[in-house]
Amino acid sequence: MMFQAQNSFGDISGKVVADFGCGCGTLGVASALLGAEYVVGIDIDSQALETASLNASDLELDINLIWCDIKNLKWRVNVKFELFLYPMYLIDVGKMVDTVVMNPPFGTRKKGSDMDFLVAALKVASQAVYSLHKTSTRDHVKRTALRDFNAKSADVLCELRFDVPQMYKFHKKKEVDIAVDLWRFVP
Amino acid sequence: MRLLTHNMLSSNIKGVTNGFPLRLQVEKSVEKEVDLNPDFLKNIFPKIEWKALVDASHALGYPELPDDAEPSMLDSHDFLKKFHHALLELHVEEGALICPETGRNFPINKGIPNMLLHEDEV
Repeated sequence: MMFQAQNSFGDISGKVVADFGCGCGTLGVASALLGAEYVVGIDIDSQALETASLNASDLELDINLIWCDIKNLKWRVNVKFELFLYPMYLIDVGKMVDTVVMNPPFGTRKKGSDMDFLVAALKVASQAVYSLHKTSTRDHVKRTALRDFNAKSADVLCELRFDVPQMYKFHKKKEVDIAVDLWRFVP
Repeated sequence: MRLLTHNMLSSNIKGVTNGFPLRLQVEKSVEKEVDLNPDFLKNIFPKIEWKALVDASHALGYPELPDDAEPSMLDSHDFLKKFHHALLELHVEEGALICPETGRNFPINKGIPNMLLHEDEV
Protein backbone atom coordinates (compact mmCIF):
# COMPACT_ATOMS: atom_id res chain seq x y z
CA MET A 1 0.00 0.00 0.00
CA MET A 2 2.65 2.47 1.07
CA PHE A 3 5.05 1.37 -1.68
CA GLN A 4 2.42 2.18 -4.24
CA ALA A 5 1.78 5.57 -2.65
CA GLN A 6 5.48 6.38 -2.93
CA ASN A 7 6.55 4.64 -6.14
CA SER A 8 3.53 5.39 -8.33
CA PHE A 9 2.56 8.80 -6.99
CA GLY A 10 5.43 10.20 -4.90
CA ASP A 11 3.03 11.03 -2.08
CA ILE A 12 5.27 10.01 0.85
CA SER A 13 8.96 10.91 0.57
CA GLY A 14 9.76 14.37 1.94
CA LYS A 15 6.09 14.92 2.87
CA VAL A 16 4.04 15.56 5.98
CA VAL A 17 2.01 12.36 6.40
CA ALA A 18 -0.83 11.78 8.87
CA ASP A 19 -1.89 8.27 9.85
CA PHE A 20 -5.54 8.39 10.96
CA GLY A 21 -6.50 5.69 13.47
CA CYS A 22 -2.87 4.61 13.48
CA GLY A 23 -3.27 1.73 15.96
CA CYS A 24 0.19 0.33 16.58
CA GLY A 25 1.56 2.61 13.88
CA THR A 26 2.04 0.27 10.92
CA LEU A 27 1.23 2.74 8.14
CA GLY A 28 2.92 5.66 9.88
CA VAL A 29 6.10 3.67 10.45
CA ALA A 30 6.04 2.48 6.83
CA SER A 31 5.72 6.11 5.71
CA ALA A 32 8.70 7.10 7.83
CA LEU A 33 10.73 4.23 6.37
CA LEU A 34 9.82 5.43 2.88
CA GLY A 35 11.23 8.86 3.64
CA ALA A 36 8.29 10.90 4.96
CA GLU A 37 9.74 14.02 6.57
CA TYR A 38 7.15 14.29 9.33
CA VAL A 39 4.67 11.61 10.39
CA VAL A 40 1.74 12.21 12.74
CA GLY A 41 -0.20 9.21 14.03
CA ILE A 42 -3.58 9.78 15.64
CA ASP A 43 -5.60 7.25 17.62
CA ILE A 44 -8.29 7.14 20.29
CA ASP A 45 -6.60 4.23 22.11
CA SER A 46 -3.71 5.22 24.38
CA GLN A 47 -2.35 1.68 24.58
CA ALA A 48 -2.16 1.49 20.81
CA LEU A 49 -0.24 4.78 20.82
CA GLU A 50 2.28 3.47 23.33
CA THR A 51 2.82 0.41 21.15
CA ALA A 52 3.19 2.69 18.11
CA SER A 53 5.80 4.72 19.95
CA LEU A 54 7.75 1.55 20.87
CA ASN A 55 7.49 0.16 17.34
CA ALA A 56 8.88 3.39 15.93
CA SER A 57 11.75 3.62 18.40
CA ASP A 58 12.68 -0.04 17.75
CA LEU A 59 13.36 1.05 14.18
CA GLU A 60 15.04 4.27 15.35
CA LEU A 61 12.27 6.32 13.78
CA ASP A 62 10.61 9.28 15.38
CA ILE A 63 6.91 9.58 14.71
CA ASN A 64 4.62 12.13 16.32
CA LEU A 65 1.54 10.89 18.12
CA ILE A 66 -1.72 12.53 19.16
CA TRP A 67 -4.32 10.94 21.42
CA CYS A 68 -7.59 12.02 19.85
CA ASP A 69 -10.84 10.83 18.36
CA ILE A 70 -10.62 11.45 14.60
CA LYS A 71 -14.20 12.72 14.65
CA ASN A 72 -13.19 15.51 17.05
CA LEU A 73 -9.82 16.33 15.55
CA LYS A 74 -9.44 20.03 14.94
CA TRP A 75 -6.52 21.59 13.17
CA ARG A 76 -5.73 25.20 12.68
CA VAL A 77 -7.62 26.84 9.88
CA ASN A 78 -4.94 27.56 7.39
CA VAL A 79 -5.55 31.12 6.40
CA LYS A 80 -3.57 34.15 7.38
CA PHE A 81 -4.71 37.73 7.43
CA GLU A 82 -2.51 39.86 5.25
CA LEU A 83 -2.63 43.15 7.07
CA PHE A 84 -0.46 45.13 4.71
CA LEU A 85 -2.75 44.85 1.72
CA TYR A 86 -5.92 46.78 1.30
CA PRO A 87 -8.64 45.62 1.29
CA MET A 88 -7.67 42.96 3.77
CA TYR A 89 -7.11 39.69 1.97
CA LEU A 90 -7.53 36.26 3.41
CA ILE A 91 -4.68 34.22 2.03
CA ASP A 92 -4.97 30.47 1.92
CA VAL A 93 -1.48 29.34 2.78
CA GLY A 94 -2.18 25.69 2.12
CA LYS A 95 -2.74 22.74 4.36
CA MET A 96 0.06 21.48 6.59
CA VAL A 97 -0.56 17.80 5.87
CA ASP A 98 0.29 16.54 2.39
CA THR A 99 -0.93 12.97 2.59
CA VAL A 100 -3.27 11.00 4.88
CA VAL A 101 -2.89 7.24 5.09
CA MET A 102 -5.41 5.15 6.99
CA ASN A 103 -6.95 1.77 7.60
CA PRO A 104 -10.20 2.98 9.16
CA PRO A 105 -12.69 0.87 11.10
CA PHE A 106 -14.90 -0.57 8.36
CA GLY A 107 -18.11 0.46 10.00
CA THR A 108 -19.54 -3.03 10.17
CA ARG A 109 -20.35 -2.45 13.80
CA LYS A 110 -20.95 1.27 13.81
CA LYS A 111 -22.29 2.13 10.40
CA GLY A 112 -20.36 4.71 8.46
CA SER A 113 -17.37 5.15 10.74
CA ASP A 114 -15.04 4.64 7.79
CA MET A 115 -16.78 7.56 6.09
CA ASP A 116 -16.30 9.73 9.20
CA PHE A 117 -12.57 9.09 8.82
CA LEU A 118 -12.68 9.82 5.10
CA VAL A 119 -14.41 13.17 5.44
CA ALA A 120 -11.90 14.24 8.11
CA ALA A 121 -8.96 13.07 5.98
CA LEU A 122 -10.13 14.93 2.87
CA LYS A 123 -10.35 18.10 4.95
CA VAL A 124 -6.74 18.06 6.14
CA ALA A 125 -4.83 16.54 3.22
CA SER A 126 -3.56 18.76 0.43
CA GLN A 127 -2.30 16.06 -1.89
CA ALA A 128 -3.81 12.60 -1.43
CA VAL A 129 -5.68 10.25 0.90
CA TYR A 130 -4.97 6.52 0.88
CA SER A 131 -7.60 4.40 2.54
CA LEU A 132 -9.03 0.89 2.75
CA HIS A 133 -12.75 0.21 2.45
CA LYS A 134 -14.81 -2.94 2.01
CA THR A 135 -15.27 -3.81 -1.66
CA SER A 136 -18.99 -4.31 -1.03
CA THR A 137 -19.27 -0.57 -0.36
CA ARG A 138 -17.34 0.53 -3.47
CA ASP A 139 -20.14 2.43 -5.22
CA HIS A 140 -21.20 4.15 -2.02
CA VAL A 141 -17.64 5.22 -1.20
CA LYS A 142 -17.07 6.63 -4.68
CA ARG A 143 -20.36 8.51 -4.79
CA THR A 144 -20.02 9.95 -1.29
CA ALA A 145 -16.39 11.01 -1.77
CA LEU A 146 -17.03 12.81 -5.06
CA ARG A 147 -20.45 14.27 -4.38
CA ASP A 148 -20.59 14.92 -0.63
CA PHE A 149 -16.92 15.32 0.33
CA ASN A 150 -15.87 17.22 -2.83
CA ALA A 151 -12.98 14.91 -3.69
CA LYS A 152 -11.47 15.70 -7.11
CA SER A 153 -10.92 12.03 -7.82
CA ALA A 154 -11.56 8.67 -6.18
CA ASP A 155 -9.88 5.59 -7.61
CA VAL A 156 -9.52 1.99 -6.53
CA LEU A 157 -5.85 1.06 -6.93
CA CYS A 158 -6.27 -2.63 -6.12
CA GLU A 159 -8.41 -5.18 -4.34
CA LEU A 160 -7.04 -7.04 -1.34
CA ARG A 161 -8.33 -9.88 0.78
CA PHE A 162 -8.40 -9.57 4.56
CA ASP A 163 -8.59 -12.55 6.88
CA VAL A 164 -10.27 -11.31 10.00
CA PRO A 165 -9.91 -13.72 12.91
CA GLN A 166 -12.48 -13.85 15.67
CA MET A 167 -11.09 -11.14 17.95
CA TYR A 168 -13.98 -9.54 19.72
CA LYS A 169 -17.04 -10.88 21.53
CA PHE A 170 -19.28 -9.25 18.94
CA HIS A 171 -17.65 -11.29 16.16
CA LYS A 172 -20.16 -14.04 15.46
CA LYS A 173 -18.19 -16.15 13.01
CA LYS A 174 -14.91 -17.88 13.71
CA GLU A 175 -13.05 -16.20 10.89
CA VAL A 176 -14.14 -14.18 7.90
CA ASP A 177 -12.45 -13.44 4.65
CA ILE A 178 -13.43 -10.06 3.26
CA ALA A 179 -12.59 -8.23 0.07
CA VAL A 180 -11.10 -4.77 0.63
CA ASP A 181 -10.29 -1.97 -1.81
CA LEU A 182 -7.23 0.24 -1.61
CA TRP A 183 -8.35 3.73 -2.62
CA ARG A 184 -6.53 6.89 -3.58
CA PHE A 185 -8.53 10.09 -3.22
CA VAL A 186 -7.44 13.54 -4.32
CA PRO A 187 -8.98 16.22 -2.11
CA MET B 1 5.39 16.51 20.94
CA ARG B 2 7.33 18.64 18.50
CA LEU B 3 6.47 22.23 17.68
CA LEU B 4 5.30 21.45 14.15
CA THR B 5 2.52 19.42 15.79
CA HIS B 6 1.82 22.34 18.13
CA ASN B 7 1.53 24.61 15.10
CA MET B 8 -1.18 22.35 13.64
CA LEU B 9 -3.32 21.68 16.68
CA SER B 10 -6.26 23.79 17.71
CA SER B 11 -8.58 23.49 20.70
CA ASN B 12 -11.34 21.12 19.62
CA ILE B 13 -13.91 21.88 22.31
CA LYS B 14 -17.39 22.47 20.93
CA GLY B 15 -18.22 26.17 20.67
CA VAL B 16 -14.62 27.42 20.83
CA THR B 17 -13.95 29.74 17.89
CA ASN B 18 -10.41 30.93 18.58
CA GLY B 19 -8.74 27.71 19.65
CA PHE B 20 -5.32 28.56 18.19
CA PRO B 21 -2.62 28.72 19.36
CA LEU B 22 -2.82 26.47 22.37
CA ARG B 23 -0.65 27.87 25.16
CA LEU B 24 2.24 25.58 25.90
CA GLN B 25 3.21 24.61 29.44
CA VAL B 26 6.44 22.64 29.71
CA GLU B 27 7.49 20.47 32.63
CA LYS B 28 10.01 18.29 30.85
CA SER B 29 11.56 18.59 27.43
CA VAL B 30 14.19 16.82 25.37
CA GLU B 31 16.20 17.60 22.26
CA LYS B 32 16.71 15.01 19.53
CA GLU B 33 18.94 15.73 16.59
CA VAL B 34 17.51 15.17 13.10
CA ASP B 35 18.94 15.85 9.65
CA LEU B 36 18.24 19.28 8.26
CA ASN B 37 16.33 19.25 4.99
CA PRO B 38 16.37 22.77 3.45
CA ASP B 39 13.72 21.97 0.80
CA PHE B 40 11.30 20.72 3.42
CA LEU B 41 11.84 23.82 5.55
CA LYS B 42 11.29 26.11 2.56
CA ASN B 43 8.05 24.32 1.67
CA ILE B 44 6.64 24.36 5.18
CA PHE B 45 7.71 27.92 6.04
CA PRO B 46 4.73 29.75 4.45
CA LYS B 47 2.32 27.41 6.27
CA ILE B 48 3.75 28.08 9.72
CA GLU B 49 2.12 30.53 12.11
CA TRP B 50 5.35 32.25 13.03
CA LYS B 51 4.29 33.91 16.24
CA ALA B 52 2.89 30.66 17.62
CA LEU B 53 6.21 28.96 16.85
CA VAL B 54 8.24 31.74 18.48
CA ASP B 55 6.08 31.70 21.64
CA ALA B 56 6.21 27.91 21.86
CA SER B 57 9.99 27.88 21.43
CA HIS B 58 10.28 30.45 24.23
CA ALA B 59 8.19 28.15 26.47
CA LEU B 60 10.83 25.51 25.74
CA GLY B 61 13.65 27.87 26.71
CA TYR B 62 14.87 28.48 23.15
CA PRO B 63 15.00 32.25 22.49
CA GLU B 64 16.92 32.23 19.19
CA LEU B 65 14.08 32.71 16.67
CA PRO B 66 13.50 36.28 15.43
CA ASP B 67 10.09 37.79 16.28
CA ASP B 68 9.29 38.29 12.62
CA ALA B 69 10.33 36.20 9.69
CA GLU B 70 10.03 36.56 5.96
CA PRO B 71 10.77 34.22 3.05
CA SER B 72 14.05 35.99 2.14
CA MET B 73 15.54 34.79 5.44
CA LEU B 74 15.39 31.22 4.14
CA ASP B 75 18.56 31.92 2.17
CA SER B 76 20.51 32.20 5.40
CA HIS B 77 21.86 28.89 6.66
CA ASP B 78 22.00 30.27 10.17
CA PHE B 79 18.28 31.05 10.06
CA LEU B 80 17.45 27.62 8.61
CA LYS B 81 19.38 25.95 11.42
CA LYS B 82 17.43 27.83 14.09
CA PHE B 83 14.09 27.27 12.34
CA HIS B 84 14.90 23.54 11.96
CA HIS B 85 15.93 23.23 15.59
CA ALA B 86 12.78 24.92 16.93
CA LEU B 87 10.38 23.12 14.60
CA LEU B 88 11.79 19.59 14.60
CA GLU B 89 14.36 19.00 17.32
CA LEU B 90 12.64 20.29 20.45
CA HIS B 91 10.23 17.87 22.10
CA VAL B 92 7.81 18.45 24.95
CA GLU B 93 7.80 15.24 26.99
CA GLU B 94 5.61 16.30 29.91
CA GLY B 95 3.42 19.37 30.16
CA ALA B 96 0.13 20.67 28.87
CA LEU B 97 -1.64 22.53 26.09
CA ILE B 98 -4.05 25.15 27.32
CA CYS B 99 -7.09 26.28 25.34
CA PRO B 100 -6.77 30.07 24.83
CA GLU B 101 -10.52 30.58 25.11
CA THR B 102 -11.65 28.32 27.95
CA GLY B 103 -8.42 27.61 29.85
CA ARG B 104 -9.08 23.88 29.56
CA ASN B 105 -5.93 21.87 30.08
CA PHE B 106 -4.92 19.13 27.61
CA PRO B 107 -2.14 17.11 29.26
CA ILE B 108 0.99 15.94 27.44
CA ASN B 109 2.38 12.67 28.78
CA LYS B 110 5.34 10.75 27.36
CA GLY B 111 5.36 13.22 24.49
CA ILE B 112 1.75 12.51 23.48
CA PRO B 113 -0.84 15.30 23.78
CA ASN B 114 -4.21 14.07 25.00
CA MET B 115 -6.88 15.83 22.95
CA LEU B 116 -9.73 13.54 24.03
CA LEU B 117 -12.84 15.47 24.96
CA HIS B 118 -15.33 14.94 27.77
CA GLU B 119 -18.87 14.09 26.75
CA ASP B 120 -20.12 17.63 27.38
CA GLU B 121 -17.39 19.16 25.19
CA VAL B 122 -18.25 17.28 22.00
